[in-house]
Amino acid sequence: MVDEHGRYGEFGGRYVPEALMGAVLELEKAWTEAWSDPGFRRELDALLAAVVGRPTPLYEAKRLSERVGARVLLKREDLAHTGAHKINNTIGQVLLAKRMGKTRIIAETGAGQHGVATATAAAYFGLPCVVFMGSTDVERQHLNVVRMELLGAELVPVDAGSATLKDAVNEALRDWVTNVEDTYYVIGSVVGPHPYPEIVASLQQVIGEEARRQCLQLTGELPDEVVACVGGGSNAIGLFRGFYDDDEVRLVGIEAGGEGGEGAHGASITRGTPGILHGARSLLLQDDEGLIAHAHSISAGLDYPGVGPEHAWLARSGRAHYESATDAEALAAFAALAETEGIIPALEPSHALAYLLRSGEGIRSRSSRRPAEQKGTVLLGLSGRGDKDVETVAKVRAAATS
Amino acid sequence: MTALLHHLEAVRSAGRKIFVPYLMAGIPDRVTFSDLLASDQADAIEVGLPFSDPLMDGPVIAEAGERAIAGGIGPLDAIDLVAQAPAGPPRPVMTYYNPIHHLGEDEFCRRVATGGIAGLIVPDLPLEESGSLRAAAAAHGLAWVPLVAPTSSPQRVMSIAATATGFVYAVSTLGVTGVRDSLSERSSRVVEACRAVTDLPILVGIGVSTPEQAHEAASTADGVVIGSAVVKRQVEEGHAAVESFFTAVRTALDA
Ligand SMILES: Cc1ncc(COP(=O)(O)O)c(C=O)c1O
Repeated sequence: MVDEHGRYGEFGGRYVPEALMGAVLELEKAWTEAWSDPGFRRELDALLAAVVGRPTPLYEAKRLSERVGARVLLKREDLAHTGAHKINNTIGQVLLAKRMGKTRIIAETGAGQHGVATATAAAYFGLPCVVFMGSTDVERQHLNVVRMELLGAELVPVDAGSATLKDAVNEALRDWVTNVEDTYYVIGSVVGPHPYPEIVASLQQVIGEEARRQCLQLTGELPDEVVACVGGGSNAIGLFRGFYDDDEVRLVGIEAGGEGGEGAHGASITRGTPGILHGARSLLLQDDEGLIAHAHSISAGLDYPGVGPEHAWLARSGRAHYESATDAEALAAFAALAETEGIIPALEPSHALAYLLRSGEGIRSRSSRRPAEQKGTVLLGLSGRGDKDVETVAKVRAAATS
Repeated sequence: MTALLHHLEAVRSAGRKIFVPYLMAGIPDRVTFSDLLASDQADAIEVGLPFSDPLMDGPVIAEAGERAIAGGIGPLDAIDLVAQAPAGPPRPVMTYYNPIHHLGEDEFCRRVATGGIAGLIVPDLPLEESGSLRAAAAAHGLAWVPLVAPTSSPQRVMSIAATATGFVYAVSTLGVTGVRDSLSERSSRVVEACRAVTDLPILVGIGVSTPEQAHEAASTADGVVIGSAVVKRQVEEGHAAVESFFTAVRTALDA
């Protein structure tokens, strides 16, 4: 679906300094060769099984289903090694870096999950790793900071701008411009200049391929809806790609509604406009002079003013639908999953769970394939586990009761 | 021929090296910035438009831009400041692409040209993505100043240089803007690669920090662009320090 200019319809492309053009062209060539090489694919599949622990289960959430009013199936990326879907991407990219002869790995991170997953892959392959992280996120995702350090990565806090994910990406790009000859930049979502969005989507589509197969096995049919949270959009694209050709399956992405109302948020698809950020044309939050706005979300992984170009295109074409959930809704959903299923989710997918709690009843009526009285089936991407967020949630709860 | 190129060619044919300092718009304040734009030490002045996410800039220029924005000067205000400034050397602007995209390429070029600005330098817009903006710039009489990097292949250097209508900006080193202790040994190689494919003036920029480095860079190039070393003085020391730095560079280039 991506064209030879790296475009998804009117979105995507390659807006990078000339100093990086050689590197992105080299990356495109290396990636195209690797992805069509059966040897590379076999090696990757073996790593996904042995290191990541794939396939991850598709889990029927029976008690949550009762609460929601629809049959809920969870794709358990929280059970992947390191606790989120991010490692599907980092194992693949570091394997590619190795193949390209690169000797140093860099990454940005928001929630710290991508940083941990990159540090893990770098440790596995024996490569040095530097991770850039906004200083706001260093504070609120402390557990992952410690994990990265234990994994031998060097962590560089970034104070510029909003001191969150956007600024960490800027700093990683600056490092890459400086050290482009020996360094591989492992980008953490379906964002960035072409070919990054395509690389990350291709490495994450294993989520959707497994989920579709598992759903047919478990239920004998396809789900009515497939739902995932959208920060940069990698877990959602990975899941959605398994269902692109199934026209009857409704695809729903949930963005960060933040404070709600007129307050700060991270909903770049539902409330953004076209612009250029981090090397691609997509939808983003900006002011009337084209300065990039500061996003807000209680979850560091969704606290980003842009989104991957493939999502902007899915939204424009109508193939996928986007809504948002607020910080408060996400917190309530976080608690609901813990109480009903004994699973503590990350705050990012808690936004997708919030959509279920809000709209679950309505899902059956949208299905044209079944009698109206029958419940619908929703397949939700549970992109990560919530250990990293326990402190944040505890603080919010303490503040609410004091 | 664009007005910027015409002006620089006159300097070159007089046997002099070209000096283009970079100033961040509105720093340290509107009046001082406006006065500096009239400097008679510079052959042209590159004006940086403040941007929220300047990924080709190191801390000095990035922080100066943040300060301008905090003081209420966005990219369009910066254009207005230049438009209102007293007469002086030609002033191309350096801006990231999103403010151009947001306003619309043609409208942006119209506004810039109406404000008396001489050309465009857009560091995050590579050859492949810049076709329509180059056309809009040409339609409004603005010079296009593309960047060539140490990592550009010979084929790319040729294609990029062919788009230049002001000068060719030869990036001397891998990395972002910043003050450096010595001139990269890559500098002369980049200049040579450009020289092989263009007759336009070639200016070395990014990583030229002192009068001595300017002199050294100009031994192969037609001149230099100096950014962070100027902006550091603009932020920390003000008008007199910037002017005396200009004079020192001018003297080194004329030596
Ligand atoms: C568990 C989890 N889910 C989702 C995200 C958001 O990223 P993406 O939209 O690329 O899946 C993150 C990012 O850090 C994450 O850690």
